[in-house]
Amino acid sequence: MLHSLFSGLPQLGRIYQQQFKTMTAVQLQYRVAMIIWLIGIVIEPVVYLVVWTNVARASGGTVNGFTAAGFAAYFIATMVVNHLTFTWHMWEYDYRIREGLLSPLLLRPLHPIHADFAENLSYKVITLLVMIPATIVLILIFKPTFDLTPIHVLAFIPALTLAFSIQFLWGWALAMIAFWTTRVNAIIRMYFLGKLFLAGQLAPIALLPTWTQTIATFSPYRWMLSFPVELLLGRVETADIWWGLLAQLIWTGLGVTAVKLIWHAGVKRYSAFGA
Amino acid sequence: MRTLHIIWTYFRIGILGELEYRVNFFIQIFESMLGLIVALGGLAVVFDHTDTLGGWLPDHLVALVGIHILVGGLINLIINPSMQRFMEDVRKGTLDFTLTKPADSQLLVSVQRVEIWKLVDVIMGLVVIIIALVRLGEQIGVRETAVFLLAMLCGSIIVYCFWLILATFSFWFVRVENMLVIFQSMYMAGRWPVGIYPNWLRFTLTFIIPVAFAVTVPAEGLVGRLTTQTMLLAIGLTVSLLFISRYFWKFGVKFYSGASA
Repeated sequence: MLHSLFSGLPQLGRIYQQQFKTMTAVQLQYRVAMIIWLIGIVIEPVVYLVVWTNVARASGGTVNGFTAAGFAAYFIATMVVNHLTFTWHMWEYDYRIREGLLSPLLLRPLHPIHADFAENLSYKVITLLVMIPATIVLILIFKPTFDLTPIHVLAFIPALTLAFSIQFLWGWALAMIAFWTTRVNAIIRMYFLGKLFLAGQLAPIALLPTWTQTIATFSPYRWMLSFPVELLLGRVETADIWWGLLAQLIWTGLGVTAVKLIWHAGVKRYSAFGA
Repeated sequence: MRTLHIIWTYFRIGILGELEYRVNFFIQIFESMLGLIVALGGLAVVFDHTDTLGGWLPDHLVALVGIHILVGGLINLIINPSMQRFMEDVRKGTLDFTLTKPADSQLLVSVQRVEIWKLVDVIMGLVVIIIALVRLGEQIGVRETAVFLLAMLCGSIIVYCFWLILATFSFWFVRVENMLVIFQSMYMAGRWPVGIYPNWLRFTLTFIIPVAFAVTVPAEGLVGRLTTQTMLLAIGLTVSLLFISRYFWKFGVKFYSGASA
């Protein structure tokens, strides 16, 4: 019944197309919800942007090389990258498992992760319609300065893709904890608390205390959000680009393994419920 | 007297109901702790690079964080759950049961649901405020305390009236909850003094969504930064909102046609 994660790649294209169409139709029903969601996602980076701009002004213009315009660039880039890479399926699995909603998904001849993936992509494409104007408005208000070089822009694309992979795979692995406990929300909150501090949402990682920077670098957090943003701001040495991409590849690989193992063990438990 | 009795009755029902789910208490403690870590951790990172933020000292902002948690706790303890329930009642037509009770309908609607574990936030907010006060030492006198309490009272009433006015709109529109979700996400911005925000955002947080009066103004009162002008503005707004929301509520109830009508 269960196909392994990436079997049957050729047909996947058609299946994705269909999933994508369905999900798009579903999500277009909730247009007001989209605006509300937009306010929620814009307000946080704006708050931190304003706070750090104030700090920059109070300390004579720059903090660790970040000017007010530099902070604006950082937090606007973080907002966009976070939007493109974030996932939410961990919040849903608790419910899916408790209510037995996973059973019909298991009957499909395709791993359920693909449906979630297609849903995520279609959501991102639709919400870009409100995200792009919001970003333009923020750029006009806060006047950020970007210092782009071709190599950094080039590296940004794989870095963004890998950042998304890390968040999606680890988020999904996290969701699977719901097979064992109904209190998965507490664990998810811890995960997002880590992301706030260690992925660069609250402040650029360069501004954190040294020991925190070390933790961020050796955890997946830096690579799931901060790294592409650092690239976009041209704050990564050319030689370090390769190391960064390598770290992202490693965390993606570990993520695939984690999803496979946890899913395998979890589904066995799920059948044991008799659902 | 009767009013207090009604409030107490609903409180008791809330406590009895929630005592069946004692694990929720520990979950609430956990969530409140996470919120506190986010707030204080953010302050720690920021004040690693500066001594003041918009003229506020670190301990001033700790006090502000305490007030932010306290007011958020009050909102989630009673205002938000009651209003959510009210909007549900309007949609389902079950508001009839409230309107036929022999007490003031606005009072009943405003206190009908209590999520008792949110008291954790109220207490934690108070503890944070006290810690900040102890660290600030003798700078806080009787005058500051009195001004703070008055500003807190005004802020809480303003938030309540704001919430009631929005909820009353559900007599005409179905999806008012959306507005309340917007308040919840904008409330996050109140963890920092509104004075640091650019004009358009400060205006929004002061007059469109009254986060400033709920959090920043009481904090200013506590640390002695509050001008008489702002205090008078807060009092004026409180009194007018009390009348406006009351009038609007009575106007709205007339439009309610019940489940079977």
